[in-house]
Amino acid sequence: MSEHDVRLTVNGARQRGRVESRTNLADFLREDLGLTGTHLACEHGVCGACTVLVDGRAVRACLMLAVQADGTEVTTVEGIAAPDGTLSPVQQAFMECHGLQCGFCTPGFVVTVTAFLEANPDPTEAEIREGIAGNLCRCTGYQGIVEAVKLAATRLREGVDA
Amino acid sequence: MKAAPFDHHAPESVADAAALLAEHGDEAKVLAGGQSLLPMLAMRLTRFEHLVDVSRVPELHGITTDGDLRIGASTPQAVAEHDPVVADAVPLVARAIPHIGHFQIRNRGTVGGSIAHADPASELPAVALALDAVLEVAGATGTREIAATDFFEGTWSTALADDEILTGVRFPVWTGRQGAAVREVARRSGDFAIAGVAAAVELDAADRVARVAVGLFGVASTPVRASATEAALTGASVAEATAALADAALAAADGFDAVDDLHATGAYRRRVTTHLVQTALTAAIQEASGVRA
Repeated sequence: MSEHDVRLTVNGARQRGRVESRTNLADFLREDLGLTGTHLACEHGVCGACTVLVDGRAVRACLMLAVQADGTEVTTVEGIAAPDGTLSPVQQAFMECHGLQCGFCTPGFVVTVTAFLEANPDPTEAEIREGIAGNLCRCTGYQGIVEAVKLAATRLREGVDA
Repeated sequence: MKAAPFDHHAPESVADAAALLAEHGDEAKVLAGGQSLLPMLAMRLTRFEHLVDVSRVPELHGITTDGDLRIGASTPQAVAEHDPVVADAVPLVARAIPHIGHFQIRNRGTVGGSIAHADPASELPAVALALDAVLEVAGATGTREIAATDFFEGTWSTALADDEILTGVRFPVWTGRQGAAVREVARRSGDFAIAGVAAAVELDAADRVARVAVGLFGVASTPVRASATEAALTGASVAEATAALADAALAAADGFDAVDDLHATGAYRRRVTTHLVQTALTAAIQEASGVRA
């Protein structure tokens, strides 16, 4: 059982830690850095609740070892809003469209949708449903979430601040 | 859902990785994107004392065309998915990748990892098999090449020795007019396929079928090549091939020992396979002959 020093940037701040080989990135973010916005549910890559951006790309934080994140730039849900707390267009749209209820899956959805709309700013509804297929919601239902993605896409395309 | 302890090794070269595998034998496993291995470790379906992480070995990354299309084993699936060189050279590869998991999975999952993991429900092993891909392998004592047809031995089992690493995969590039299609049935989007088909067709100047490749996944303990289907269509004109499709698709369903499990019976898998072979080949033939579907 080896241990490793890791250095990475999380939400713009430089961080360092010492991790067991088996520690996944989600546990490192939550337990070592106290960033508990990244949620863990299935812990084997099915539910999407732990989705974070690594070097700008959405990944499952439960399916990446913390040691594999050494040297990367990570963005968690805590880094999506503006520093003054102003919600991002994606977060604002989720709020307005009832895209969340209990909120457990929401951080994963927000991060996923943020990456999805950056890659595809003008998606069809079918593309939206494909884009969020890797995230599971068990209470709100997907209708409000799809509406939120549409609204966020429109606002981001028009450059309107939410 | 926490993996048992292991040592993580991050070699900087293939040679170093192979040396680590030779040193630790069957206590070691290659880790690439980890999208299959890490869940299996978390669920404790398997356990290794040493993980040899090749995800950042520079020589295992990259996509080149030099006669064949070569994809380095650690190239993320998402990189190959969006690379215009891949879509142009071997369209079947570009069309198969979006069926793998979800986009977050493809951002980490690697082309070589999917092939070396050899899950029979995976898309890329079936594509490699159908297209006669060549798998480049390195071990502590040197390198060798394995034809895809000799590579897949069973569920999660390949011709790779314990001390060998898959370093790259070479796909032949077809130069004629071609079409490619992937069709699969799964319970949920992104889930393991209950049955799937990857098919490509190439037409010659006289509009006859020069080459057909049909790979099946999710139906047996390994990916399956539908050789009887291919033989029935090769050399046929577009009209003849279209007329022969239904029988050729039926032949595909007889060519394997169908998995019978809680997801589906073997009989269901055969039936779905017949339908998917027909729809995939119809789409591929139409594309190759310039017909808009």
